[in-house]
Amino acid sequence: MNKIFETPLYPYSHGPDEDAQVPVRHQVVIVGAGPVGLAAAIDLAQHDVDVVIVDDNDKVSFGSRAICFAKRPLEILDRLGCGQPMVDKGVEWDLGKVFFDEREVYSFDLLPEDGHQRPAFINLQQYYLEEYLVARVRELQAEGKKIEIRGRNKVSAIGTHPDHVALEIDTPEGSYNIEADWLIACDGANSTLRAMLGKDFVGRVFEDNFLIADVVMDADFPTERWFWFDPPFNRGQSALLHKQPDGVWRIDLQLGWDIDKEREKRPENVIPRLKEMLGDDVEFELEWVSIYTFQCRRMEQFRHDRVIFAGDSAHQVSPFGARGANSGLQDSDNLCWKLKLVMDGKAPESLLDSYDNERIHGAEENILNSSRSTDFITPKSEISRLFRDSVLNLAEAYEFARPLVNAGRLSVPCTYDGSPLNSSDALAGPNRTRPGSPCPDVELPGGYLLPRLGDRFTLLTIDADAPDLIEEDGITVERLALSVKDDPTLLLKDRYLGDCESAVYLIRPDQHVAARRPAYDDLQFRAAIRRATGKE
Amino acid sequence: MADLILTPNIDGADDFYADLLDTHDGMDTADSHALNARLVLVLANHIGDRAVLSQALKAAAFDQKEDTQ
Repeated sequence: MNKIFETPLYPYSHGPDEDAQVPVRHQVVIVGAGPVGLAAAIDLAQHDVDVVIVDDNDKVSFGSRAICFAKRPLEILDRLGCGQPMVDKGVEWDLGKVFFDEREVYSFDLLPEDGHQRPAFINLQQYYLEEYLVARVRELQAEGKKIEIRGRNKVSAIGTHPDHVALEIDTPEGSYNIEADWLIACDGANSTLRAMLGKDFVGRVFEDNFLIADVVMDADFPTERWFWFDPPFNRGQSALLHKQPDGVWRIDLQLGWDIDKEREKRPENVIPRLKEMLGDDVEFELEWVSIYTFQCRRMEQFRHDRVIFAGDSAHQVSPFGARGANSGLQDSDNLCWKLKLVMDGKAPESLLDSYDNERIHGAEENILNSSRSTDFITPKSEISRLFRDSVLNLAEAYEFARPLVNAGRLSVPCTYDGSPLNSSDALAGPNRTRPGSPCPDVELPGGYLLPRLGDRFTLLTIDADAPDLIEEDGITVERLALSVKDDPTLLLKDRYLGDCESAVYLIRPDQHVAARRPAYDDLQFRAAIRRATGKE
Repeated sequence: MADLILTPNIDGADDFYADLLDTHDGMDTADSHALNARLVLVLANHIGDRAVLSQALKAAAFDQKEDTQ
């Protein structure tokens, strides 16, 4: 057994809140110290918010769980000050191969595009991600930020009030009460808070079981995502092989619906299956085995007054496409700057409704993509299997069928088309940077673009004049002036100008485009700032 | 003479595939086969060009013989 699962990462210790006569009020309490809760806490603490994370456990999540982290979440982690250790430790990959029966049908490259600081994907066990996030929390504490993780603190009751949330918390030494101006529920797919508040979580159940195994082996399989449809070692089903750091490999085997889960999970049944897949001569050791079924579903609303759900507690998808943890980190990225402005009185509370609007849009996109992948991987009728197998057969011979092969549409950030925070597009620029889009990275002589956008409102000017600083009703916007003269790769032009001569972009703290025009127009940009902060 | 297109040509391939399967949803296999047959005939009529249809028949049958064009 890997030691990381046994060592408490944030052990319980008796805190002053437990002895307070009157419940102590914090600005934000986050329930759940998984990737999303930790990321949200770090984001808020970096903005000097007083934040407490409570978790009923005190260790990293058991098993490697989420393993694929996409480019956009890595960029978010960069902004949170902990992207580098993840990328250093993670296994970078961008090639996927699809097999049907015994044949390789085709392979695909995830990011055939230059000028990005971060790779399309890294594979990293969730326990490392959590460990590095906790290390970042400790760093912030050392800098004097008000951020705390309380292990073995289990929420046992919640009371919602117009201006705060009250919590009763059980610890190994008894229970105590605290209050929060805002509560972020990041307590996972089986969210206790969601149940306590009696909120629904409906969607579609997929009638299938998957065996998930992490094995440690010395194998010379390449660093690629390998996906099999109907392989000889798992007839009629699918399989996935993926490399993680430390010689750990993720194996996913579809098992079908009518199986005895307990029986299939036993090593004496798992090992022969894996031997058949990997070959008799490969030595391996099981690190973690689990059997899962999945659902695609979401809450009807993510925000319930002062309780805001983020990550798996708000929405759940199948694992195909790596859209779980990746979308959860984007929830937190979307929420935290808005919450900070609302708490500081710089934006109306209604700005938080745009979190619902934008992230429900994201969740819908993720659910749609992951449901379709699942339908392709596990055809639910004879005809859908016939089409599926025909697509696979055609894909080997003809390029046209390859886009139809769906072994997971891998996580890409969502564009918030139609968001109330967007101003209408006034630039005949590239489609990929229209209002609502996440800013694509660009390599510039002085470094990459995204780190220079930081985590505040930015006015990005390309060969256009504008004030260096705009103040609009409490919101400060700093200018970042660029020119295609300093764009040797022409990627800035390609991604932000297209055929236009100049452009001015208003970019949100989460690095999504709020507005763009060919030139600076004071009235229009001030209106765009107000709109992007929920004031129009 | 037009050539059969064998490179990706459908905008929103996933949407199309989902529509295709939705059309079959709830049908028994015989009805689905009949639907597919009708669909082939409808699409063939739309294409019209006999040379293209002939290439399509060969492509679907994985008939690798050189087309005489």
